[in-house]
Amino acid sequence: METTCIMCPMGCALTIEEKNGVVSVTGNTCPRGEKYGVGEYTDPKRMVTTLLKVRGGGVLSVKTSEPIRKALVSLALQEAASVCIGRSVKAGDIVLQNVANSGADFIATADLTYTEKV
Amino acid sequence: MRKFDVVIIGGGPAGMAAAIGAREQGASVAILERDVRLGGILNQCIHNGFGLHYFGEELTGPEYAERFRKKVLSDEGITVYLEAMVLSLTEDRVLTAVSPTQGLIEISAGSIVLAMGCRERSAGAIGLVGTRPAGIYTAGMAQRLSNVNGFLVGKEVVILGSGDIGLIMARRMTSEGAKVKLVMELMPFSSGLKRNIVQCLNDYDIPLRYSTTVTRVTGKERLTGVYVAPVDEKLQPILEKEEYIPCDTLLLSVGLIPENDLIAGSNIEMSRVTSGAVVDEYRQTTVPGIFSAGNVLHVHDLVDNVSEEAFIAGRSAAQFVAGNLPEKACVSVTVGRGVRYALPQRIHLGEGNVRLYFRVDQVYRSMTVTVRSGNDLLKKKKTMVLAPGEMQYVEIDKCLVSGDLCVALEE
Repeated sequence: METTCIMCPMGCALTIEEKNGVVSVTGNTCPRGEKYGVGEYTDPKRMVTTLLKVRGGGVLSVKTSEPIRKALVSLALQEAASVCIGRSVKAGDIVLQNVANSGADFIATADLTYTEKV
Repeated sequence: MRKFDVVIIGGGPAGMAAAIGAREQGASVAILERDVRLGGILNQCIHNGFGLHYFGEELTGPEYAERFRKKVLSDEGITVYLEAMVLSLTEDRVLTAVSPTQGLIEISAGSIVLAMGCRERSAGAIGLVGTRPAGIYTAGMAQRLSNVNGFLVGKEVVILGSGDIGLIMARRMTSEGAKVKLVMELMPFSSGLKRNIVQCLNDYDIPLRYSTTVTRVTGKERLTGVYVAPVDEKLQPILEKEEYIPCDTLLLSVGLIPENDLIAGSNIEMSRVTSGAVVDEYRQTTVPGIFSAGNVLHVHDLVDNVSEEAFIAGRSAAQFVAGNLPEKACVSVTVGRGVRYALPQRIHLGEGNVRLYFRVDQVYRSMTVTVRSGNDLLKKKKTMVLAPGEMQYVEIDKCLVSGDLCVALEE
């Protein structure tokens, strides 16, 4: 696998290979790059930030409570797209639990004062 | 006419930090903000990555803004005017503003902090050739429509410019179901952060072409496509290699301009490089009592640096009112090889450390940053890599300074 290290502005081009169960990184110039490369190869994770629809109009910004497996990101986005918020929430509130079965929740990153539109 | 010690124009990250800085000196403070709430651009930046330096944790834009907003709104010494657009300010520091709720507002200020932020370069600013259909947006406008108003601006997207907002919007629009066909960058390198290239483009297999630009756009009511072509060393498009890409949306992420219209024609000396004011280490402009901080002073890549800079400006603005700021700065900070600009552009002789922030003009590897005063080498700092998109600083001890300074790169 090839990727770019994001640990610093150097942006080293990393090549990551697995032989006999041992993951090795080349192209890095420091130990942080090696750790990053191994993580990206074995278990890459991403924070997901997106929007949930609010019933009657508007959007609520949310984030995952912790980084989730990269392979689950698109499923998490699909779940977010299927939800419609119809209540007031405070920043930090859990709005969707166990997103994409990742163990992480979507939490609101802003306050939402919900008023039912007639 | 109401009077305040420190009046801050703009209630984004810079304005809020300046208010807190001024309050810590005991000044009475007013913030004039033209939007309906404090927070500025942070309110629409729903992605995370803010605050790693300032708070030691990764926050989203709304969360970063909220930390400052809470502090500002709970302080009775800070008066916040919302939906208040400042129309003019005079050199004796009288401001005129209008708001739908209060009508004409006149305020007399002991000192002023300019914190108006920046705006995006538009299709007109880059002389985009072709028709003028719907579907051409600056990246930040599309971001606001998406993240604040809840509208997806298009379904088949091409992005010109690889600035951070463009990269972030590539991911955002993909997340919302749009197809981002191409991101192109006129220069042979990106001005965006590495992290954004990896996590916003590579993660979603969105192609990024360097040294490429839009040559013209087509479409009558709505954009139907763009012609793109690679450019030569002089950044001129090679038309023989022009290629057509059908799309309904073109996002522009082609640079930011400090929004200094309010002080155009004033006696405040401006920098032609930053398009912001020339300031000293207190972030005071060349007109006494007028300070500047944040993206209106020079465009930043990290909000953490904005907060830090604006805190200095706010604190200094309060010290000016109390009569505690030294007279005119006397040492100039100039730049040499490889450095586009350094800020502050002037400093005072005296004690204490001062950070000189600077940007390089291209990507450099294994260079040494030097600060010289005449023949004296005051500071040198080895670096692995320097990129135009990442602001740097060197800290110097003012005791060592005897004359004008020069920040430069050496082998």
